[in-house]
Amino acid sequence: MAKQKLVLIGNGMAGVRTLEELLKLAPAQYDITVFGAEPHPNYNRMLLSPVLAGEKKLEDIIINDDGWYAGHGITLHKGRKITRIDRRKRLVMTEDGMEAGYDRLLLATGSVPFILPLPGRDLEGVIGFRDIRDVDLMLQASAHYRHAVVIGGGLLGLEAANGLRKQGMEVTVVHVLDSLMERQLDKPAAALLKRALEENGLNFLMEAQTEALLGDTRVRAIRFKDGLEIPADLVVMAVGIRPNIELAKSAGLHCERGIVVNDTLQTYDPRIYAVGECVQHRGNLFGLVAPLFEQAKVCANHLAEYGIGRYQGSVTSTKLKVTGIDLFSAGDFQGGDGFEELAFQDPARGVYKKLVVRDNRVKGAVLYGDTVDGAWYFQLMREATDIGDFRDTVLFGRAHMADEGREGNSVMSMSDDAEICGCNGVCKKPIVDAISQKKLFTLDDVRAHTKASASCGSCTGLVEQILAATVGNFEPAPQEKPMCKCTEHSHDGVRKAIVEQRLQSLPAVFAALGWKTPDGCHSCRPALNYYLLCAWPESYQDDPQSRFINERVHANIQKDGTYSVVPRMWGGLTNPTELRAIADVADKFKIPTVKVTGGQRIDLLGVKKEDLPAVWADLNAAGMVSGHAYGKALRTVKTCVGSEWCRFGTQDSTGLGVQLEKMTWGSWTPHKFKMAVSGCPRNCAEATIKDFGVVCVDSGYEIHVGGNGGIKIRGTDLLCKVASEAEVLEYCGAFMQLYREEGRYLERTAPWIERVGLSYVKSRIVEDAEGRKALFSRFGASQSRAQADPWAELAQPAQRDQFLPLKQLG
Amino acid sequence: MTDWIEIGRLDDIPQQGSRVVANAFGNIAVFRTGDDRVFALRDRCPHKGGPLSQGIVHGSRITCPLHNWVIDLESGSAQAPDEGHAACFPLKIEDGVLWLKPR
Repeated sequence: MAKQKLVLIGNGMAGVRTLEELLKLAPAQYDITVFGAEPHPNYNRMLLSPVLAGEKKLEDIIINDDGWYAGHGITLHKGRKITRIDRRKRLVMTEDGMEAGYDRLLLATGSVPFILPLPGRDLEGVIGFRDIRDVDLMLQASAHYRHAVVIGGGLLGLEAANGLRKQGMEVTVVHVLDSLMERQLDKPAAALLKRALEENGLNFLMEAQTEALLGDTRVRAIRFKDGLEIPADLVVMAVGIRPNIELAKSAGLHCERGIVVNDTLQTYDPRIYAVGECVQHRGNLFGLVAPLFEQAKVCANHLAEYGIGRYQGSVTSTKLKVTGIDLFSAGDFQGGDGFEELAFQDPARGVYKKLVVRDNRVKGAVLYGDTVDGAWYFQLMREATDIGDFRDTVLFGRAHMADEGREGNSVMSMSDDAEICGCNGVCKKPIVDAISQKKLFTLDDVRAHTKASASCGSCTGLVEQILAATVGNFEPAPQEKPMCKCTEHSHDGVRKAIVEQRLQSLPAVFAALGWKTPDGCHSCRPALNYYLLCAWPESYQDDPQSRFINERVHANIQKDGTYSVVPRMWGGLTNPTELRAIADVADKFKIPTVKVTGGQRIDLLGVKKEDLPAVWADLNAAGMVSGHAYGKALRTVKTCVGSEWCRFGTQDSTGLGVQLEKMTWGSWTPHKFKMAVSGCPRNCAEATIKDFGVVCVDSGYEIHVGGNGGIKIRGTDLLCKVASEAEVLEYCGAFMQLYREEGRYLERTAPWIERVGLSYVKSRIVEDAEGRKALFSRFGASQSRAQADPWAELAQPAQRDQFLPLKQLG
Repeated sequence: MTDWIEIGRLDDIPQQGSRVVANAFGNIAVFRTGDDRVFALRDRCPHKGGPLSQGIVHGSRITCPLHNWVIDLESGSAQAPDEGHAACFPLKIEDGVLWLKPR
């Protein structure tokens, strides 16, 4: 069967991005032909401003060169404008009479600059700011002329003005309102911006109504309604864009302000799709790149006939690309009735920050002078995070949040050899190079190509900043992230479906939720296995092949392929018998390293896989069981000696620790779970950096939650104070169960609590006694099946084969 | 030229699992996919030498347990953009018995 024919009209970012997404999904489905009116391959239109300013060259901003089209078998017609679509014959026709047939047509005709209907608008030297041609004209003008006027004090106008100034022209910005960038900035930020741009040498005429452009063949001056006349050898109109819909209209497609599309990016003709700045979706038009990329993804999915995914609109943010000026704006920054404004101003440093808040949710943000936290505020906004618990410090930025260890620096001031990713040793320059040379646009791409932020993730913010500074205005998609590449569903969505649709096995989840891979991947399978186990503790058959090796063989894999073994010592207590058994095991199996861990256990390192069952059998014989040091599970309960020995001890912290560990061992959790009990506020057991920590005081027990001593150190939040050991046990079980049921896989309690808010956790555990008891009882039910020693099971003769080679050769 | 060597039965390896054939010249990992295809690769990730046999099998790919490199079982090649290759060995099933040709 002959391949279907896909024709793309418009060789810009949105259209070609759709092709890229399509080629990933269905590389061979279509014969693809692309028509572009411009005589260039696909380039990054966002970066025209740096080209104008002389900071980048044209070749730096090409996204796909001719070789890319050839390599994918795409026919590219550059500099050929389509002037007619014949929908009945399914043909498109160029200006010069060429025809091409299609089965599917994709319109990505973009937008055109709005040119004010002024006398003299047709004079030479009057242009918009839209494409490479406009930039060329501006650069030519700057070489021969002196006076430039930019009409429009919005984002594009200011970037054009800045570029022309850098090229040595005298530049005046004319704006019809009294405040610059009124669609992105409030008045205080706009005033700061204006001052800074004036210092850079720009002139402003505010509240100025242009009346006419004067000149014979080339523009020479501009006249305003109040009679003022100023010289102008170049006039750049940057008063807005309008969707380029002439072609679509002439073909009889339904258009309003843009080409009207539905959530699948389909026009009223089912064979014709449209993406980008030419479309109108749910009444909205588009001018930033992030929504275009999201549309591209959805559209490609439908072109590939996968039929899943809907475009439901985007939340966007803006940055101004004027070197030396840091400005960030997102969402509803004006506020008004029902909104609250949090503001921070430091005129001396030129810093202004404003958050618009409603019901403790960030609705909009304007940052000037210090935009390091833009991405963070944007994330809070997108995820509708309840900021009630930290609104007193939110304006000081993420660096002031307890969970932040490494971020907070502005990457642009860092040198090329500054190390960004400490795990993988990646410096700034290789990241910038990979982004520009390999045309990367997303965090995932950067991770895959450079490994930066691909391990512990603590440098993610820095990498996002580098990405934004290198490719321009791109922000990540606003929707909840899919679990992995196998699905469009988010963690929470999958969990909900498992419970609501009563999905009881991995194949059932794959089938019901339309997994794209036959049996998932290393990322989703362990998560799903956990979610199923948590949802159906009584009946779910654990799938060892969907567990990471450590949980499959109940030991920790080391860099040389050997394992480490940590026996459980309840509350950190041991005795001579156990120590003798450990010593004997270390001798018998020639274990090279014996070490005391941070959680008060003994670690036997360098055990060969085939020795594991025998090591366990010997440790079992001395009464020891698995310490689960390898699992997303209850790890250890660290204790101090407490009132039994310590002269300061207020309660029996050791005994309570042992009780807690006996109650909770064997439970699987979204990520590892650590506890500690300290006998007095001196806190020798370091309970305030644990997932669940108890600090004993004379009158009872303080319960602390959500601490972390790892990547991002975070002190615990005080959950509440209780009077008895029995209550500590109940609150502990209930807290663990809430985390087990609602934490996302691989999300520690610290980020989980920051995501859902301490108030929420209190409302479920402290304020709702019945709910707490129900959680505690579900925890108990799950534990009744979970508390079987995996070492004893795997040390059985029938199980031992899996640890041995299939065959010994030579 | 080595001959085919009998190394065990298909049932000795769990679905989506792997076992090792120990060899003086380096272990060989034998994989069984979810749809009962089998592959033999050098048990050494091209990245940092991790034991591929201890990874997670998904589709016809294996994820290394050390740093999550994904290796294609059919070709032995690392999934782009990572670059590297693990040697593949001929392997066949006859009546449920696995035959390997180590080199």
